[in-house]
Amino acid sequence: MAGSARVVAATLITALLATACSQGSATRTEEPAAGGKVTLRYFTFSAAPDHVKDLDTIVAAFEKENPTVDVQVETAPYDQYFTKLQTSIAGQTAPDTFELNYENFVTYAGAGSLLDLGTAGGDTDTSGYATESLNAFKHDGKQFGLPASFSTVVLLYNKDLFEKAGVALPTADWTWEDEKAAAEKLTGDGVFGDFQPVTFFEFYKALKQTGGEFMAGGKSTFNSPEGIKAAKWLVEKVGKTMPTEAEIGGTADYDTNLFKSGKLAMWHNGIWQFAGLKDVPFGWDVVVEPGDTQKASAVFHNSVAASATTKHPREAYAWAKFMSSSNVAATTRIASSWELPPVSDQAVLAGYLKDPVPANRQAVFDSLKSIALPPVIARQQEMQDAVTQELTEAAAGRKSVEDALTEAAAKVDALLG
Amino acid sequence: MTLTETPVEQVAKQPVRPPRKRLRYALTVAVFLLPSAVPLLLFTLIPMAGSLWTSLHEWNLITPMRWVGLDNYADLLTSEETHAAFGHTLYFIAGYLPLVYAGGLGLAMLLNRAMKGRDLFRAIYFLPVVTSWVVVALLWKWLLNPASGIVNWAIGLAGLEGPGWWTDPDWAMPSIILASAWKDLGFVMIILLAGLQAIPNEYIEAARVDGANAWQRFRRITLPLLSPSTFFVVVISLINGFQVFDQVHVMTGGGPAGATQVVVEQVYNLTFKYGRAGEASALSWLLFAVVLVVTIFQVRGQRRWVNYG
Repeated sequence: MAGSARVVAATLITALLATACSQGSATRTEEPAAGGKVTLRYFTFSAAPDHVKDLDTIVAAFEKENPTVDVQVETAPYDQYFTKLQTSIAGQTAPDTFELNYENFVTYAGAGSLLDLGTAGGDTDTSGYATESLNAFKHDGKQFGLPASFSTVVLLYNKDLFEKAGVALPTADWTWEDEKAAAEKLTGDGVFGDFQPVTFFEFYKALKQTGGEFMAGGKSTFNSPEGIKAAKWLVEKVGKTMPTEAEIGGTADYDTNLFKSGKLAMWHNGIWQFAGLKDVPFGWDVVVEPGDTQKASAVFHNSVAASATTKHPREAYAWAKFMSSSNVAATTRIASSWELPPVSDQAVLAGYLKDPVPANRQAVFDSLKSIALPPVIARQQEMQDAVTQELTEAAAGRKSVEDALTEAAAKVDALLG
Repeated sequence: MTLTETPVEQVAKQPVRPPRKRLRYALTVAVFLLPSAVPLLLFTLIPMAGSLWTSLHEWNLITPMRWVGLDNYADLLTSEETHAAFGHTLYFIAGYLPLVYAGGLGLAMLLNRAMKGRDLFRAIYFLPVVTSWVVVALLWKWLLNPASGIVNWAIGLAGLEGPGWWTDPDWAMPSIILASAWKDLGFVMIILLAGLQAIPNEYIEAARVDGANAWQRFRRITLPLLSPSTFFVVVISLINGFQVFDQVHVMTGGGPAGATQVVVEQVYNLTFKYGRAGEASALSWLLFAVVLVVTIFQVRGQRRWVNYG
């Protein structure tokens, strides 16, 4: 008995080792590609679905300049992107280069997952970048990401609905009061006056618009009179000028479809929506978001980073630099309204204003005059979820705004440790 | 356990073979075991050992692991979130198990009679069992959509107002229980149907002759003789109940307000959303321990009520 058991065990182990070995070699043979060509993987969330072709244009231009590099694009929707990225890093199959946003940059840079792009290419020319953007992706004095694009959140509005209801169009001088009054007049007959998601991202910005601070000195400071005012600004729209959670019913892209179908008058959303709104059958325009005591617009920053474990650091750097600051990348982005390139050259940026729709594109640049950057901590996702969940409770009427903020602050303080 | 031990005993009782023959026999056994043993080892046992190792570390998937000993377990045992997750899981089981058993038994009794289209009905009720959970969960999410779902539309026709279903913390778990019971009904039905058909008709006839009415025949003859099938269904459904995940993940993602945050959903969120793979692994092992203890109690307790006739 003991003898046969040993034989079985030995056979199993041999089989196992054989499988393990073949797996190991399979992952290691990708190095010498045909004709000495290097395959460089690039993982992105911002290209799909509206800008895959634009990315192809940039890739083609890069490959023309660097004939030995073959850039392989992989895309994922934003809400799955970071799960896939961290799993691939854990599984040691990280893409050579990938898109990384400002909120998640600190987590990855602090974890040592990123290649120092300041030294990877033996080239330290950063003159093409806007300085603020460059600094946003520095960690411990090292350039772990090259800024590739930025976008802001503005107030989009359906002109036809305003004219039909006889309400004056939004202007840059609007405050919350003006927006509220207009939304109430516009709501009815299957039309909603306003849409602003009740989330962490809207809250931290509204907080700044009313003069509050999210955190200071390693502690949350949003459970304040300003915090309550900001939360009420968001929460009190729900069920009055904005659909409730039950009405939305968990439908994906509910707000996008509502606006596109001409049933939403005002929409707080990002300039990344512009390309998708090209063919809507009604007039629309944008304006800098109304503030309360001051203006504050959300700015989202994306960078291109490289994996610390890439076998092609030079090529990774070349691609990151091309994708972020080359003329082709900048003009392609501008021409297709694929966010904005963080370049220092104002002449390139001026091209953005040429597109006639929306007419008031200047608002995008105006929104940059007073910005609200998201608070960033190591346990970012948990903080975002905690704040959104408590605000959702208040929006559904299951908790008072005051209780929700007290609990959100306690959770955030626990995460700050 | 007893099933796997039988061949071993037979081997021991074999007349003494020459060593060469014994080796051949062992090799034959090994070859037959290989197709299931290798995947079991590669995709179940080794990952399990890996998760045990991970559970003793702090690991966010992107930095190297840091040894923390039993800290993860200590943290979890005192955390309110863990208690809530186990509470929600037990709530699910308490609703799901009686519903799926009673429903499955009812269907099995109905479809055990001679009737027209019986096989067709059996196939129809079994269809959800072989359907992907994602499809079923999305289907129920639509049916139970508070604003535009057909269920609330029907309730509205009766002049009543339907609940908020999965958007309301009080109704979210009942929504998931409903979808789960609907999907698994066919599985329970098939097992119990097989059990019913194994009950000799003579027993029922004899009871009828003795003057037992339908309820007495069901209560005194059918139910006791069905107990081995019932036992199997309860063990399997209970284990499935503890592992409830797909339907929760698709229908509510643990919400609203954490009302459906069950243990496995918590494991998923900890690992893939929050980068706390060490704690998630420890939570998996806690769940494993709970399921193991419950199952041991069930197997021990079966002597009292399971009748193998």
